Amino acid sequence: MAELQKQQEAVDLGVSSEYKYGFHDDVKPVFKSRKGLDTEIINQICDVKGEPDWMRQYRLKAYEIFKQKPDLKWGGDLSGLDYDDIYYYVKASDRVERSWDEVPDDIKKTFDRLGIPEAERKFLAGVGAQYDSEVVYHNIEEELEKIGVIFVDTDTAIREYPDLVKEYFGTVIPSADNKLAALNSAVWSGGSFIYVPPGVKVDYPLQAYFRINSENMGQFERTLIIADEGAEVHYVEGCTAPTFSSESLHSAVVEIICKKGSRVRYTTIQNWANNVYNLVTKRSTAYEDAHMEWIDGNLGSKLTMKYPSIYMMEPGAHGEILSIAFATKGQHQDAGGKVIHCAPNTSSRITSKSISKDGGRSSYRGELKVLNGAKGCKSNVECDALILDEESRSDTYPVIQIDADDVNVGHEARVSKIGEEQLFYLMSRGLSEEEASTMIVNGFIEPLVKELPMEYAVEMNRLIQLQMEGSVG
Amino acid sequence: MSTELVIKDLHVSVEEQPIIKGLNLSVKQGEIHALMGPNGSGKSTLANALMGNPFYTIDSGEVTIGGVDILELEPNERAKLGLFLAFQYPTAIPGVSMANFLRMAVSAVRVENSNGSETTELLPMRQFRRELRAKMKQLGVDESFARRYLNDGFSGGEKKRAEVLQLAMLEPKIAILDETDSGLDIDAVRIVGESVNQLIGPNLGVLIITHYPRLLNYIRPQFIHILLDGKVVESGGWELAELLENKGYDPIREAHGLTETVVETEAEEPLASLRV
Repeated sequence: MAELQKQQEAVDLGVSSEYKYGFHDDVKPVFKSRKGLDTEIINQICDVKGEPDWMRQYRLKAYEIFKQKPDLKWGGDLSGLDYDDIYYYVKASDRVERSWDEVPDDIKKTFDRLGIPEAERKFLAGVGAQYDSEVVYHNIEEELEKIGVIFVDTDTAIREYPDLVKEYFGTVIPSADNKLAALNSAVWSGGSFIYVPPGVKVDYPLQAYFRINSENMGQFERTLIIADEGAEVHYVEGCTAPTFSSESLHSAVVEIICKKGSRVRYTTIQNWANNVYNLVTKRSTAYEDAHMEWIDGNLGSKLTMKYPSIYMMEPGAHGEILSIAFATKGQHQDAGGKVIHCAPNTSSRITSKSISKDGGRSSYRGELKVLNGAKGCKSNVECDALILDEESRSDTYPVIQIDADDVNVGHEARVSKIGEEQLFYLMSRGLSEEEASTMIVNGFIEPLVKELPMEYAVEMNRLIQLQMEGSVG
Repeated sequence: MSTELVIKDLHVSVEEQPIIKGLNLSVKQGEIHALMGPNGSGKSTLANALMGNPFYTIDSGEVTIGGVDILELEPNERAKLGLFLAFQYPTAIPGVSMANFLRMAVSAVRVENSNGSETTELLPMRQFRRELRAKMKQLGVDESFARRYLNDGFSGGEKKRAEVLQLAMLEPKIAILDETDSGLDIDAVRIVGESVNQLIGPNLGVLIITHYPRLLNYIRPQFIHILLDGKVVESGGWELAELLENKGYDPIREAHGLTETVVETEAEEPLASLRV
């Protein structure tokens, strides 16, 4: 097989990881900022990227905000996070040679077991393969172009669609929103930019990995999606394959604007290496009769703090947040959702499912607000936690604040353990203890998994299987 | 060669309370046995202990299937040897469809039997579907059953029919039916009885555990055993079932010097306090 080449973005910075499936390669970066952050580094980033002045000013201002904001005092334990010990920007060399044969066997095996498509797994393994994928992406690009949809990485968007970006960038999540949003605003790189024109319905999911040459797996991605009036789009990012990161901080910002009558679904499944602090701000605004859905699956990482949120801006808006979290040894998944009903007759639903195993901790943190005057709102919050053993932990931190009349709000929380009876029942039918508990866990998250695109659902189930392996006996 | 389940001098306790006290019984493939006893005689304890429910403690005795001692084996290993238990109270597994579960279970008991591997190789989907459809048709089970979550929101009758469907799919050598008629109205008993009848043949040995003889009107056993106070006290043919139907357990109880009806474990507490 001919050696394939690929533009390499993730780079080895010599940081080792104990992560079982993590791997990295020996790419020499073309540009790497020194550790830590100051205005000089931000200016360097702008210079290397060749960004317009407005973005430079935006970054510098965000950096000032980042410096002023106090550290987060809630959520997970961030004491191990040292902002000065991080490389904030790395640009890799253009072309790297690496063959499939060099990919370690256990990683190939993992891809195999996850059933990841050939093209994708080569990309993930850092092998060329962009050949096939580029063709796929190119076809999709042409199709999208015909219907006027823009789907590029955000750096490209700054260059090619500056007015559009400028109009919406940072409008949903301003730099001053929180310390990590400020940090992302100062140092962001990569991420997706999507614009769907009025009335256009994209009838297949747009997937991040199509953008194979772009920096879509960066630490500080910035994603911006605008669904114009009556538009429809489903965006899928991340994948179930373990994502190696040489850096310990991943902090993305995702902004989504759902204009009148539009429908947007954003699906993420992330499986970070267990040294990563995954601190993500995701927010969307839903206008009249718009329909916004977040589907968010979190596995891996050391600490994940992620609460996709929806602001219901005008009557008739509907929002749904489905969150799955799986915490195993040494992991804390602090996940949930946030819905703010700013307008009357809006409705929402938050469903959270969490699993804790081998001493892992998962927390549901949610906020539901109905603002004064937002009459006739409906909302339902449902949290289910499954705890697999005595050492593991699950907590629920719901905040509900209702300042309007004639509102219908429900909240339900359940914590359960895998029952001896369920195990015995399944084992009496020939399943091993591990197979039986895996089946129970898969059943537990089934209501969410069935919302995933087919191939992701299959991967998700296999991933659960991998997580469950060796957990018993 | 026909496989035999052999129980020798079995003693089982629950939370240190002896329930089965020296039970002997053998069931061969192709035979139908009924084990009848009043509440608290130890029927469900026996069924659960045979399948390996960790809640029950084996104090002594021996249980073999085809000559293999099963008492140290995990429930799934017992299943692979051809033992099946139709539960009195089947547990719900939300989110797991009957079809997915059955495919896994059938693959586990069949494929692993032959290659002894640790992980289950799933039966090809097409083959599995064909078999499942055929068995559902044979038992008159609605096809929608396959898509429903296992026992989740099932009525009492549906649960029992689901157990019989599993029995049909797993093709065990020896099946224990634990109070399969309990909680069912007379029509449901008939349907379940007729379903089990469909499966009876030279390759299936059945041990029906029941309080009432009514299920036996549909599945006629060749052997009837009476369980009292943790022991088989009488074994015989159909005449025993008729005796129970007409006179109840009292004459047998008296004949064996057992006085009061022992009702579940709570009723045994006074006995314990008497000993003090």
